[in-house]
Amino acid sequence: MNLTLHVWRQKGPSDVGQFQTFQATGVSKDQSFLEMLDVVNDKLELAGKDPIVFEHDCREGICGCCGFMVNGKAHGGQPETTVCQLHMRSFSDGDELIIEPWRSAAFPVVKDLMVDRSAFDRIVQAGGYVSVRTGSAQDANAIPISKEIADRAFDSAACIGCGACVASCPNASAMLFTGAKINHLGLLPQGQVERFSRVQAMTQQMDAEGFGPCSNHEECEAYCPKGIPVEVIGRMNGDLLKAQLRGRDS
Amino acid sequence: MNWFMRFAKSTIGLKITMAISGLVLFAFVIGHMVGNLQVFLGASALNHYAAFLQSEQLLLWIARIVLLVLVVVHIWSSVVLTLRAKVARPQGYRKWQSKASTYASRTMRVSGPILLLFIIFHLLHLTIGSVHPDLQHCAVQASGDLQCFAYQNVSAAFSLSTAGTTAAIQGGIVAFYIVAMLLLGMHLGHGAYSMFRTLGLTNPRYDKMARAFATAVAVIIVVGNCSIPLAVLTGLVGQAGGH
Repeated sequence: MNLTLHVWRQKGPSDVGQFQTFQATGVSKDQSFLEMLDVVNDKLELAGKDPIVFEHDCREGICGCCGFMVNGKAHGGQPETTVCQLHMRSFSDGDELIIEPWRSAAFPVVKDLMVDRSAFDRIVQAGGYVSVRTGSAQDANAIPISKEIADRAFDSAACIGCGACVASCPNASAMLFTGAKINHLGLLPQGQVERFSRVQAMTQQMDAEGFGPCSNHEECEAYCPKGIPVEVIGRMNGDLLKAQLRGRDS
Repeated sequence: MNWFMRFAKSTIGLKITMAISGLVLFAFVIGHMVGNLQVFLGASALNHYAAFLQSEQLLLWIARIVLLVLVVVHIWSSVVLTLRAKVARPQGYRKWQSKASTYASRTMRVSGPILLLFIIFHLLHLTIGSVHPDLQHCAVQASGDLQCFAYQNVSAAFSLSTAGTTAAIQGGIVAFYIVAMLLLGMHLGHGAYSMFRTLGLTNPRYDKMARAFATAVAVIIVVGNCSIPLAVLTGLVGQAGGH
């Protein structure tokens, strides 16, 4: 099939950027979206032009590197699918696709479709850790954890930090990401020591990075390739409120 | 106080401020509606209720000032958060598609200002009376009792045949009330549900209940409040129990 691509081209963080139109011809329905772009890039390189820059690594939907907007939908909008696992059979011959990078003040564009998500790293660095006893290994299963808590913590831990929540949120809010990172530790017994200082430190960093507020639109949950539930935002809010009521100052 | 100010200025702190002020205003809307639905019990019931509210001026003014402060706090927090959202995405998308948000959630920043205008109009209409054709204020009778005329005021406010105004103007006022109540239902429906999450009152087990509660309350507010002008228009309230 043949597609018309309107791709955002931007030389660097300070460049204004603009859309550029490409024809993708002979696209196989079995190709992934990134493979389709690889073919477009091959032709661009043969013609001596700058290839379209996009971030990618595992191409298995588990690393969190790839991600951009396809027709206004983060990762193309398929349920729980990253753009590397999005296949061209989701599209039809003659489709026009608008391909844009995540748009957020906290995610400056590096080049074309690639954005700098270091802001996420700094949020995690602010409190995404637990105190553990070092030295000899503990006995396995020494700390009992209920199935329900283990499941909820794992739902949060599934976050790959791709940034689709920020990208799809009308407010460019990072509450789903921050909530997931806070909860996957805060729900477990190992995470209790820093539970309240963690939520304060990480939400402060989230604000400092310039992410927006939550309006409970729930677009983040719908576009999250790992299906992180918005419940994590509620629990983060509740923990922050409890931290204040307990009078703890991080 | 340092920790408190830092919390109050944080994004989640502002959300919690908005949720708590919204919760009290939400409770007021319910109380106001239940009180006003006494119009269906007849002139005597509503007028006695109005006289009861007016009987203790100090408490009345305390309530009014608290509500005013909460409205200001609610608007202030929403303006600060809206500005932060704009700063967070300086460059918008050429194309953006919704997958989960609702019409109500996306129009909160529109329904809010319209509701503010409605509240101002509503106060000028049925409290101050400057845009009412013939508002009768409560008066102390010869017997020493406070006599109020809420029933007559409501009838005159929405009736098409009220003297001193035209049916077109009255129809326009009723239409504005009904549109405002639909917006109020949307605003409170999304607001009530959001309040649970902002205050951390979320558990997967109760999520459906919270959503159902917010929808039910929104519908009750729209139906309950709209029933009053519609009852006047259809003659259910007015002539029969009125004068």
